[in-house]
Amino acid sequence: MLINEIQDEIIHEFSLLDGDMEMTVFYVMELGQKLSPLAEAQHREENEVKGCQSKVWLTAEMNNGTVLFSADSNTAITKGLVSLLIRIFSGQRPEDILASDLYFMKKMNMERFIGTQRSNGFAAMIKQMKMYALAFKTQLAVKS
Amino acid sequence: MSTLTQPHVLNIPKIREQFPALHQKVNGKDLVYFDNAATTQKPHRVIDSLVDYYRRDNANIHRGIHTLAERATKAFEESRDAVQNFIHARHREEIIFTTGVTDSINLVASSFGRAFLNAGDEVIISGLEHHSNIVPWQIICHEKKATLRIIPVNTAGEIQMEAFKELLSSKTKLVAINHASNSLGTINPIKEIIGGAHASGAVVLIDGAQAAAHLKIDVQELDCDFYAISAHKMYGPTGVGFLYGKKDLLEKMPPYRSGGEMIKNVTFEKTTFNDLPYKFEAGTPNIADVVAFKEAIGFIGELGKENIAAWEHELLIYAAEKLAALPFVTLVGTAINKVSVQSFIIEGIHPFDIGQMLDARGIAVRTGHHCTQPLMESLGLEGTVRASFAVYNTREEIDSLIESVSRIIKFLK
Repeated sequence: MLINEIQDEIIHEFSLLDGDMEMTVFYVMELGQKLSPLAEAQHREENEVKGCQSKVWLTAEMNNGTVLFSADSNTAITKGLVSLLIRIFSGQRPEDILASDLYFMKKMNMERFIGTQRSNGFAAMIKQMKMYALAFKTQLAVKS
Repeated sequence: MSTLTQPHVLNIPKIREQFPALHQKVNGKDLVYFDNAATTQKPHRVIDSLVDYYRRDNANIHRGIHTLAERATKAFEESRDAVQNFIHARHREEIIFTTGVTDSINLVASSFGRAFLNAGDEVIISGLEHHSNIVPWQIICHEKKATLRIIPVNTAGEIQMEAFKELLSSKTKLVAINHASNSLGTINPIKEIIGGAHASGAVVLIDGAQAAAHLKIDVQELDCDFYAISAHKMYGPTGVGFLYGKKDLLEKMPPYRSGGEMIKNVTFEKTTFNDLPYKFEAGTPNIADVVAFKEAIGFIGELGKENIAAWEHELLIYAAEKLAALPFVTLVGTAINKVSVQSFIIEGIHPFDIGQMLDARGIAVRTGHHCTQPLMESLGLEGTVRASFAVYNTREEIDSLIESVSRIIKFLK
């Protein structure tokens, strides 16, 4: 699925919650519970995403020209939010990740839901994922 | 928990009417504001005073000859009198307006520390302190090659007085301790601490941030050397507070910041400093907020601190009992004497998640380490959820909290 198709799917799913904050929170936590957890060994400082209020760990690897992301967090809501980014970016080609424009947060009025501090953390997470994409893209260019 | 037993006599619905911010929906639910230890909401009379000052009296204070300057100066100085009365200080010039407790502690650490701390001296604080009563002492101790000593705290959140007595020595220059803990609500035995410190020749600073709205404060009876308060934690405006200091001590201390107001005479060769309290009030102060602060003092005075404390104590007991009865919930901070702060954790659920789930139901609590990381570490916790009550809170609001916490537990367990 294309990045924008996934974004639109997420926007649609959240629109079904009709702006009910409690339902939204519970839904995000459910998404987090479904995210396959990172092995404890990956909860290392070098995998930590800086700028998040909660602890977030992110790893990435290349698989057949696409980037596979895995992530975890010590708080359930953040884990749910992180799972959205994993769903969008994991399995995409590095150049598509780099060229992407993430509009789903704005369309969903995410800031109202996650607040300023978590928004900053979210932005840090996206930046980190794009950094991985850039590194893999560069590696691919060197190899070819 | 507090030993107060008298029933409260306050008309809580009437009090709530005075607080416009309480009457709103948050996420579709009636706001339940339980973050009062961070800052309280403000009554109409404080808000009106602030607006009226800017609408009518705004001028720079002191030295102005015109009518508005005179009005502003009078209002500003009346607040000083109100503060003097509020804490029963002997002299009005013992009240220095600051931006709040943090600023007040920095003033003492910097000025007293610079003048009186020497290599090998010791400063004692407790394991219950807010970062603002830790870091300024760390900095000045490092600068002066003095040592910072910490009074240990037990698992209930109480200071270990025997250990404190053992820490005291002729090296002790200053003891800085909070009147009540912001994370756990513990009321510390400051009278005993002040007596012990004085017997060793040390001066004592009391961080009164969490006591101001709840406990009787009589600096003469306590005999503390410094006492610090923030207005915004006692229904007043943000950005203003004060430092009380004993006059003879403040007179011996060098200025903290320099500029206008704090001088008597300036030539390029030499400056003579102004008298107390202006020596420590360099620059144009936060006039409007100082003026409005008086209304917060008036609000508390009219209700009566004993009455406020009695009602808050009822709320605290009610909340503690109901929370403790919930499965997976553990209360954090179970000292015998407490102000109306109840921290708790839910097994296996991060405090941030609980805070956000409560916010979704319109309930405002604080989550995290509450700027007391060393305390949290000593309790083996990453953080807590903290519900803190003010005079305008109700039992029904606590019922909402309990219901919401139960829902969270049901959903996640």
